[in-house]
Amino acid sequence: MTIPTAQKQSKSISTFLMRKPKLRLIGLLALPMTWIVGVYIASLFLLLITAFWEVDSFTSLVTPGFTLEHFINIFTVPAYLATSFRTLLIALAVTFICILFAVPLGIFMAKIAQPWLRNFLAVAITLPLWAGYLVKIIAMRLVFTEEGFFNWLMAPFGIRGPGFSIPIVILTLTYLWFPYMALPVYTAIRQIPPNLFDASSDLGGKGFTTIYRVVLPLIVPAIIAGSVFTFSLSLGDYLAARFTGGSTQMIGSLIAANINLNPPIAAAYSMIPITFVVIYLMVARRTGSLERM
Amino acid sequence: MKRKKLVVLSALSAFALVVSGCSSSSEDSSGVEIEVPDIPMHQAMGEFEGELNIVNWSGFVEPAWTDKFTADTGCKVNPRVAGTSDEMVTLMRTGNYDIVSASGDAALRLIVGGDVQPLNIDLIPNFSDDIAAGMKGNVYDTVNGKPYGVPIGRGANLLQYNEDVTGGAPESWDVVWESNSPYAGKITAYDAPIYIADAAVYLMYHKPELNIKNPYALDETQLAAAIDLLKQQNKIIGEYWSDPVAQITSFVGGNTVVGTSWEVLRKFAGKDNLKTTLPIEGSTGWFDSWLVSSTTKNINCAYAWMDYTSKPEVNGAIAVNFGMAPANTAFCASSPEAQAHCDTFFAEDEEFFKRIWPWTTPIETCVDGRKDVKCTSFQEWTNAWATVKG
Repeated sequence: MTIPTAQKQSKSISTFLMRKPKLRLIGLLALPMTWIVGVYIASLFLLLITAFWEVDSFTSLVTPGFTLEHFINIFTVPAYLATSFRTLLIALAVTFICILFAVPLGIFMAKIAQPWLRNFLAVAITLPLWAGYLVKIIAMRLVFTEEGFFNWLMAPFGIRGPGFSIPIVILTLTYLWFPYMALPVYTAIRQIPPNLFDASSDLGGKGFTTIYRVVLPLIVPAIIAGSVFTFSLSLGDYLAARFTGGSTQMIGSLIAANINLNPPIAAAYSMIPITFVVIYLMVARRTGSLERM
Repeated sequence: MKRKKLVVLSALSAFALVVSGCSSSSEDSSGVEIEVPDIPMHQAMGEFEGELNIVNWSGFVEPAWTDKFTADTGCKVNPRVAGTSDEMVTLMRTGNYDIVSASGDAALRLIVGGDVQPLNIDLIPNFSDDIAAGMKGNVYDTVNGKPYGVPIGRGANLLQYNEDVTGGAPESWDVVWESNSPYAGKITAYDAPIYIADAAVYLMYHKPELNIKNPYALDETQLAAAIDLLKQQNKIIGEYWSDPVAQITSFVGGNTVVGTSWEVLRKFAGKDNLKTTLPIEGSTGWFDSWLVSSTTKNINCAYAWMDYTSKPEVNGAIAVNFGMAPANTAFCASSPEAQAHCDTFFAEDEEFFKRIWPWTTPIETCVDGRKDVKCTSFQEWTNAWATVKG
C-alpha cells in the first residue's frame, strides 16, 4: 500500500514539529505576538514616551527630552481634573444604565419571549451595529435638537428635552454601546440550565427572588465583560460630546483639541483613561469574575 | 539650522494701514523682529516636475479648475483636504506636501517653524495690482519684508442671528458675551484657541483701560482678561462649533439663536430668518494664502499653481465654490453673477475689511510693536483655551 505524497509530506511536517516543541510554540505564537508586541505594545510605549517630551511653545514642534510638566499640568489645572472626573462619571452612568436595561431584557428574551420574538429582539439589538458610528451620533443630535423629534413627540405632554448637555451625552453613549452589554448578558442567561429555575421555584422562590439569588450571581461575569466594553468605550469617546454635549468637555475632547498643537499633553492625558480602565479591571479581577469570563 | 535675525517694517505699517484703522500710535516705523530660519527662495522657473501635492480646505481644489492646470503644465494635482488649521500644520510638517492653503493662524507658525519658504513674487505675474489691497503684506504671511504667501480669499467671522427671535440685528457682540444676554443658553461660539482673539476684540472696545492694540498681541494680563470673559461666556453657551454642519443644524434646529458664523454658512443654512451682521466692535476673520513647503520637490509646479489660481477666473471659481471673498478683485467685474458674489462677501469693500482683524498666530514677539513686554504665544492660548470650557 502506498501513501499519497501530500499526506506523506504533511505527516513529515507534524513529525518534525513533534520533535521540536520550541519551534512548535514559535509557529503558534509568531503572528499574535507580532501584533501584540510590534503594533500594540510598541505604539502604547511610544505614546507614553511622548508624554515626557518637550514641545516648542511657538511652532508646536515636539522634541525629545524629559519633562514632567505635562503630567503636572494634568493634575494641577482645574479644567483637566474636572474633565477627568466628569468623564469618569459619564462612563459609570452609561455602564449602569446599560446593565439596568440589559438584565431584564436578557431575562425576557431568554426565558419568556416566543422564539420568533426572541429572534426579532436579537436582530433589533444588533441592527444599530450595522450603521456607522458617526451616523448614529448625528441621528441622536437630530432627535434632540430644539425643533427635533423628541420635543415634537413630547410637546403634547408639555415635556421638553434638556437640550445638548451631559444627560444627552450619556443617552447617546448608552445607545451606542448597549449591544456590547446586551448580547453577553442575554447569552449568559440562555446558558443557565432551566432546572435551576425549577429548583428555585420548588424551594418557594418567587420571580424576583430567583432573579436576585440565582440569575444575577450567574451572569456577573457576563455583566463584567459587557461593562469593560461600555466603560472603556465611553471613557475614550469624544464625538458624542462634541455633537450632543453642547459645551460638555470629555477627556477625549481635550485630547483631540491638543493632538495637533501639543501632542505631549495629549499623550500624558491619555494615561488617565488607561489608568481608569486598569483600576476597573483590577477591581473586576478582585471579584473573581474575570476568571469565570 | 542657521537662523538669522532680521528687522522688519512690514508688520506694523501693514496693520496700521490695512487692518486696524483705530490705533493711531502704531504708525511709527518701529519694526517687528521675528526670528525665522534662513531659507532661500526660488530664483527662476524650470521644468515642471509632473505632480503637486496640496493640503487644502474643502472646496479649494476641484477638477473644474485642476483639470485645465494639469493639461497646461503636466502637473498632476493630488489634493488632501484638512479640517482645521492645526491639522494643516501637522500635515505640512510631514514633508509629504508641496503647498498648503493656510489661514493666517497657521501661516505664521509654518513660517517661523521653517516649514515654508519665502516666495519670489516676480515668478507669479498674476499676483498683481488686482489682488485686494487688504490681503497684501499682512503680518501673518509677510515676515521681515519677505512675502511667504499668495492670497486666495478671505472671510469675516460675523455675528449670525435668528431674526424671528431677536427681532432685528444686534448692534453689539454683547449678546454673546454678557451674562445678562437675553439669549443665554442659545449662543454658539467657534471652538478653537484662536477664538480668544474675538474676546480680545470685544475687550478692545469695551475695556480700553486694558490697552489692547491688536487682538493677537496679548500680554499676560490682557490674555487673563480675555480668558475671564470667555469663562463668563462659557456659562451662557449652548454649543461650541468647529464642524460647519453642526453649526448649521444648530441654528436651523433652534438650539442656537446668536453666535459666530461665516457668510457661507448662513447661505448653506438656506433659512430667510437667519441673518449676519458685523457689530460695532468689529470682528476677526480668516485670510487664506498659498504657502510653499521648504522641502518641496515640485517647486515649479507649486509656482505654476499659485500663478494659475491667482487668475481672476480661477481665483473667482475657488471663492465662489468655497463661499468667500476672492483675493483677485478683477474677477468681480467679469460678470453680473461674479459681481453679486463679490457684493455678498464684501470682496471690494476695504472699509468693511478694515474692521476685521485677520487671524494671525500669536507669538512671543508682540505684533503690535511693543518691545517692553513678552506677548503670549499660541501654546499659551491653547492651554488657556482648555481651561475655558472647564
